[in-house]
Amino acid sequence: MLNFSDLLPYTDVFLGGLLTTIELTVLTTFLGVMVGTLCASIRQYGNKASRRVVTAYVELIRNTPFIVQLFFIFFGLPSIGFLLTPWQASIIALTINLGAYSTEIIRAGLSNIPKGQWEAAKVLGMNFRQTLMRVVFTPAFEKIYPALTSQCIIVMLGSAVLSQISVQDLTYAANLVQSRNFRAFESYVVTALMYLGLAMLMRYVFSLIGKRVFAYREVR
Amino acid sequence: MSLVKLDQVHKYYGDFHVLKGIDLNIKAGEVVSIIGRSGSGKSTLLRCINGLEEYQQGGISVDDKEVTSEDIQVRRLALSVGMIFQNFNLFPHLTVGENIMLAPTIVLKKSKSDAGTIAKAMLEKVGLGDKFDSYPEKLSGGQQQRVAIARALAMNPKVLLCDEITSALDPELVGDVLKVLEQLAAEGMTLVLVTHEMNFARDVGNRVVFMHQGKVWEQGDSKTLLSEPKTEELKQFIGAVL
Amino acid sequence: MIDFSNWDIVRNLLFATQWTVLLSLAAFVCGSSVALCLSAIRLTRNPVMVRFVKVYIELFQGTPLLMQMFLCFFGLSMMGYEISAWGAAILSLTLFTSAFLVEIWRGCIDTLPKGQWEASRVLGMNFLQTLRFIILPQAMRVAFAPTVGFSVQVVKGTALASVIGFVELTKAGTMLNNATFEPFKVFIFVALIYFALCYPLSLFSQFLEKKYHVAR
Ligand SMILES: Nc1ncnc2c1ncn2[C@@H]1O[C@H](COP(=O)(O)OP(=O)(O)O)[C@@H](O)[C@H]1O
Ligand SMILES: [Mg+2]
Repeated sequence: MLNFSDLLPYTDVFLGGLLTTIELTVLTTFLGVMVGTLCASIRQYGNKASRRVVTAYVELIRNTPFIVQLFFIFFGLPSIGFLLTPWQASIIALTINLGAYSTEIIRAGLSNIPKGQWEAAKVLGMNFRQTLMRVVFTPAFEKIYPALTSQCIIVMLGSAVLSQISVQDLTYAANLVQSRNFRAFESYVVTALMYLGLAMLMRYVFSLIGKRVFAYREVR
Repeated sequence: MSLVKLDQVHKYYGDFHVLKGIDLNIKAGEVVSIIGRSGSGKSTLLRCINGLEEYQQGGISVDDKEVTSEDIQVRRLALSVGMIFQNFNLFPHLTVGENIMLAPTIVLKKSKSDAGTIAKAMLEKVGLGDKFDSYPEKLSGGQQQRVAIARALAMNPKVLLCDEITSALDPELVGDVLKVLEQLAAEGMTLVLVTHEMNFARDVGNRVVFMHQGKVWEQGDSKTLLSEPKTEELKQFIGAVL
Repeated sequence: MIDFSNWDIVRNLLFATQWTVLLSLAAFVCGSSVALCLSAIRLTRNPVMVRFVKVYIELFQGTPLLMQMFLCFFGLSMMGYEISAWGAAILSLTLFTSAFLVEIWRGCIDTLPKGQWEASRVLGMNFLQTLRFIILPQAMRVAFAPTVGFSVQVVKGTALASVIGFVELTKAGTMLNNATFEPFKVFIFVALIYFALCYPLSLFSQFLEKKYHVAR
């Protein structure tokens, strides 16, 4: 009944989709965490008005589905003059989405830094920027690193929706293959497992990066 | 006739040999203090006696029944062995009264009113008759520990195990808890306590057991042992704590 | 071509919102029931069962909800099990919800000190009694806020049912978009309705969190 060998002729399609998903993930994980770091810093240390703006952004994104955000960006923005390719729309949507979630996570890390750290840096003559970059960020990120990892994985899995605006990612490949060989179950199972593998790979890569970045823990 | 009997008990945590052949007999009505450095295996010993930890060799019996850490055994054991912890372990979501009544109602199947009567009596006994409806977090550490004692007593145990039950308390609250123990001892309750309160061990206890590196290093009548220690290790230990 | 006023758009969207709400409720109720069973299984500490729950969590947290929906819908019907879009959506959302809730609740149960289990044990309570009288009442208090918080993810997750053709809020949005050619407006309305559903839940969850922290 099940026949996975029917998938073999489509290996290239799957690999192409996988590659697209990986590319998108790497790019938007990086961009999203940058946005998150910036917004978290504003939310934690900024003035009232800028804090409000960031809060509105975060709450708006966190309380609406990703697919609606994507449709708004891909279908909605062109209608008022911003023409976007599916690829561009995807990058923007994923970055905005991860940015909002990581803002919330990173801010929790920042607020966890004891006041004494700031005071110690101040009496050593460091300015705000120096303190933030050199003293605060590393332990703040270390604290929330597992949560951030999970969120990046969730966003990667959410990227499956991009197939709906015909980005040729892994899910798109699965749909394509099953429409050609009518092996829906096999095609989706294999794709699901590829996503699972990707999720595990991300966890692994994140932990490798974490081990390097937070290496001061190991040094005795 | 011993109430608690340990016969060549060995216990390992993985490769780590924690208890190295413990022999101990405790008679009904005895008050035994277990002393020794941190890490010498005192807590582990108590936890083996009530089945919270399993042991690998030897035998333990309480009231002539063998102790194992199987769930059913521990529950049957709970009818004869009470335990009080260093950090109280009261149930924070229940009032003092409910804390005490819970096990008698669901384990001993007593009626609510019987359990309530017992709970009130036990609270009176530990000097907290007016705290029946308070929540544990509203009580001081010393009061919480006395509630824990009342909770254990409500199960009408034959022997009460106490693991450093005054160690987490502010110094001025220690006395109240010790007073309760002293009263229990006077009533003939069998007590096995791990303690650093040397005065209490000497004046209230009948016997002192000194543990060192997982063994019973020296034991004897409390007054004699503490005033005339035989081994070098006990001398050092007494020197360090006094 | 029919002219759609703003009110026509909103009215149609609100009508479809009923299905979003219903789907969310069904998924949440089914998901938490399954999660409850899985939590109990995990607590038995039976190694095989614990392993099973672990794999379950890994599987349904580690794959896209959309893929789970495709599998439930196209996959199952290809295998000869006829299933409606509604059924497939509920099934996949239940799997998704339960996998996350078990994990969330595990965190809540594990924050309880080990002493609570030990004290119950030495007082002679059995596993179920300990669970019922000691662990659950305390864990539920801790779990309330994050569970409400997660319900937001469930509501948002229902949007994916649009992809398998179930007409809920998002699907209604795409259909209206095709009829009106006003994507900007339509999707803003859609987003606002989702926001109106989710934001109160988020606020409630934050409120519970604060309340709980103060209470401790
Ligand atoms: N769960 C455990 N796993 C491994 N080692 C343990 C565990 N509990 C205690 N130990 C070790 O067993 C030894 C004895 O511990 P314990 O009985 O608590 O000593 P005491 O109560 O005399 O301070 C210590 O070295 C401790 O580190
Ligand atoms: Mg100890």
